[in-house]
Amino acid sequence: MRTMRFGIVLFPGSNCEMDCQHVLREVLGQEADLLWHKEEKVSGYDAMVLPGGFSYGDYLRTGAIARFSPIMKAVEAFAAGGGLVLGICNGFQILCEANLLPGALMRNRNLHFICKQVPIRVENGRTAFTNAFQSGQVLRLPINHNEGCFYADLATLRQINEKGQVLFRYCGGKGEASEAYNPNGSLENIAGIMNEAGNVMGMMPHPERACEQILGSEEGRGIFSSIIRRWKGEG
Amino acid sequence: MASAFEPEVTEVLAKQHGLTPEEFERIKTILGRTPNFTELGIFAVMWSEHCSYKSSKVHLRKFPTKGKAILQGPGENAGVVDIGDGLAVVFKIESHNHPSYIEPYQGAATGVGGIIRDIFTMGARPIALLNSLRFGPLREPKNRYLLDGVVAGISGYGNAVGVPTVGGEVFFSETYRGNPLVNVFCLGIAPQEKIFLGKAQGLGNPVIYVGSKTGRDGIHGVTMASEEFGSGGEERRPTVQVGDPFTEKVLIEACLELMATDCLVGIQDMGGAGFTCSSCEMASRGGVGIEIDLTKVPRREKGMIPYEIMLSESQERMLLVARKGCEGKVQEIFKKWDLDVAVVGEVTEDGLLRVKEGAQVVAEIPAKSLAEDAPVYQRPLKEPAYLKRLQEMDLKILPIPFDLEEILLCLLRSPNIARKAMVWERYDHMLFLNTAVLPGSDAAVLRLKGTRKGIALCLDGNGRYCYLDPRLGGMSAVAEAARNVVCSGGRPLAITNCLNFGNPEHPEIMWQFAEAVEGMAEACRYLEVPVTGGNVSFYNETSGQAIFPTPCVGMVGLLEDVSLHQSQWFKEEGDLIFLLGENREELGGSEYLALLHGFEGGRPPQLDLCKERAVQGACLEAIRLGIVKSAHDCSDGGLAIALAEACITHPERSWGIEVELKEDMRADALLFGESQSRILISLSESRIEHLMEVACHHGIKASLLGRVKGDRFQLQGWNFSLNVDPQRMRDAYEEALPSYFR
Repeated sequence: MRTMRFGIVLFPGSNCEMDCQHVLREVLGQEADLLWHKEEKVSGYDAMVLPGGFSYGDYLRTGAIARFSPIMKAVEAFAAGGGLVLGICNGFQILCEANLLPGALMRNRNLHFICKQVPIRVENGRTAFTNAFQSGQVLRLPINHNEGCFYADLATLRQINEKGQVLFRYCGGKGEASEAYNPNGSLENIAGIMNEAGNVMGMMPHPERACEQILGSEEGRGIFSSIIRRWKGEG
Repeated sequence: MASAFEPEVTEVLAKQHGLTPEEFERIKTILGRTPNFTELGIFAVMWSEHCSYKSSKVHLRKFPTKGKAILQGPGENAGVVDIGDGLAVVFKIESHNHPSYIEPYQGAATGVGGIIRDIFTMGARPIALLNSLRFGPLREPKNRYLLDGVVAGISGYGNAVGVPTVGGEVFFSETYRGNPLVNVFCLGIAPQEKIFLGKAQGLGNPVIYVGSKTGRDGIHGVTMASEEFGSGGEERRPTVQVGDPFTEKVLIEACLELMATDCLVGIQDMGGAGFTCSSCEMASRGGVGIEIDLTKVPRREKGMIPYEIMLSESQERMLLVARKGCEGKVQEIFKKWDLDVAVVGEVTEDGLLRVKEGAQVVAEIPAKSLAEDAPVYQRPLKEPAYLKRLQEMDLKILPIPFDLEEILLCLLRSPNIARKAMVWERYDHMLFLNTAVLPGSDAAVLRLKGTRKGIALCLDGNGRYCYLDPRLGGMSAVAEAARNVVCSGGRPLAITNCLNFGNPEHPEIMWQFAEAVEGMAEACRYLEVPVTGGNVSFYNETSGQAIFPTPCVGMVGLLEDVSLHQSQWFKEEGDLIFLLGENREELGGSEYLALLHGFEGGRPPQLDLCKERAVQGACLEAIRLGIVKSAHDCSDGGLAIALAEACITHPERSWGIEVELKEDMRADALLFGESQSRILISLSESRIEHLMEVACHHGIKASLLGRVKGDRFQLQGWNFSLNVDPQRMRDAYEEALPSYFR
């Protein structure tokens, strides 16, 4: 069987694209190409990644300009066809701006950028993005953002909870998802969600930063390996 | 040649530009005429202290700058060091003290932008930033505002431009109240065969401007940095530039893309002194001339006169020389990244910097006279009067405190020792997946993907030691930086330095400078770490009050096998704790003295470079042999603080210890004195013999202090004992800094 082919979108100002590429190629042995944001059509990819960074400098509002990049039409079409799309950090923000995911990401409650490792709890271990984990499992992943405070109106919040669309919540070391362990003020400690169809996911923590022991943790690998398992029809 | 709208050039106007009457005469001799307004401005910035190093040059020559691994020493945009595998590290440090005091966010942000440009100019991808910050005491709101603004600026720019900030230092003292220090360091990686220099070559080759448009911002930034502050610093705010990290990010990518082609001849960023500095330095290094036409320069504002265009310090701009015929390819690359690009001139053979506005020549100056022929001063030196008095203070008469546990907690709460997480957590310190040792240990360690190697890097300085003994302080700064790199498992390779001093026209300041440089040079020779360049920041004075002389050392080391990196915290219950080196009864210059006794005096701890080298050699070998499970430099706060940090800085848990100190000396000196050349290590019991062999081989003392054991921090001395809950220590250490911001 051939290896999986990932397309990683490169917006001007993106900066985690090479990291995602490194992990997908060198750690997980898959194919991973960078896709320039001015491309309007892309084909031949099994999954797309919108990486972290500061597309267009985060000017105006995070993700607000990137969503109008020509490649977003291709991303929308890919998602509409059921393709798997993973947005990490700035990628999550762009997916929200593009209405591919519900809700919005606002400035962190303390108004500061935060870079540190935090525990998150897997809320739903049966999705295309989390099938390598058990529901309730606690992972330690780095966050690295200025605008990670998830917000949605009550109706949306109820819907994503009821339909199992909340994939990760910030928590304590034992999995307690309480306000004390909420680093950025996100509603209900939400750290990652997916769309109703289950093929588009956004998360603020950076799984690619926790895939090798030399960097202190391999717990982020499961996100990528879940995608690969789903594509192979195993997970 | 002068435009009718420009002021007449007189000695008075020259003086307002910071030029002495003698310098003005010299300019007239060089030109054979009186300069026009534009030319006066060009000379003024190029001959400013900041650009010309006219007061420091004679002393900087004392630094050793050669070594097997040195591919590029001082004189270029950054130093380049061979690390094998066909790779080189490129690094440099720079100060942004003055602008950061005037406007902390943008001052610090543009400092970061500037140092990053110095690195990718050389063909390297910038992969790490460090910063060294010094402010007045945190109890004053102004200093909290400055710290917050500077950190926000570094965070805002560094994170968005996509270069991780992997470490640094923060220090507080009265001396920096009116003049904070913001020193920023950047390191990049490049293939050795793809290093680019700031050199113009090839007659007729096009000179190309890329990046942001030119505006009126930052005119005379460098002349501002070459004067001391009076009371109205805020009025200088317009001389501070505004940074745009997004433009710089795409500029990095576009330049690296261009460098992968064979179009590029030479390149230099437009930083301090902008267009002027980049054009005349490139021409001078290449032994050629450059002719530029200002009408071709992309501009943000209408009606700018040549003087303004030449002196603007608008950020995120580069000047490059390409091979003739490659103009189209260069334009294509920069347009892809939506950046301005314009052919603004060409390389000539007459050695002149010729500036035209359309057909009219508005300035014509020998490039070499600007870049290399600035006056060099051998300024008078005089030992400061305060020195003897402070050094000769009798510290033996100080009462020995009895409540040593409280003092330990008090030191852990000192902002100079306490955990700085609230600073580094605002910086992206993990981008590029290289950071194997995160901030919070002695030095950061980066792995180099595609090799087994790693890089250890840190910044270190101690203004207090330098104030009390500049020569010894300079030596100690180099030794401690090397020790930090060694503790992380790196073999020190080379340094860059940022020398922050007061007004060099004062003989006492110049004496401090000369002494500090001598001390640093001696340590560099002894520890075999050449200097690859750096930056001098004079005039760090406000209302006649100079800062402590503060050289800051940026040390880079190499790990042949990055998996053998070390961190400062204990790893396992039952491990043995050893001290490499010796405790001496020294209290001078210590944080303990400053914090608990309220004065900064005495002689700083002595440094025997021979012993230093032996201790570092032993530690490095023990790490390489896999004997050691943690290594931590004993510095601020002494042995007790080093032990405490090893117990409470582990990311996930705290440790207890049972330690016995046998020396018969003052308890406070033994616990909190800052003797040099000491490293605290831990290892499993089975490795004792190996450690002893290593220590014996290097001729150093390795003493067993005790064990990682239990849940109490227990320190037993000949006439004292401490027994503290590590959690209490951890709370003190972690909560101290945030408590100032609640």
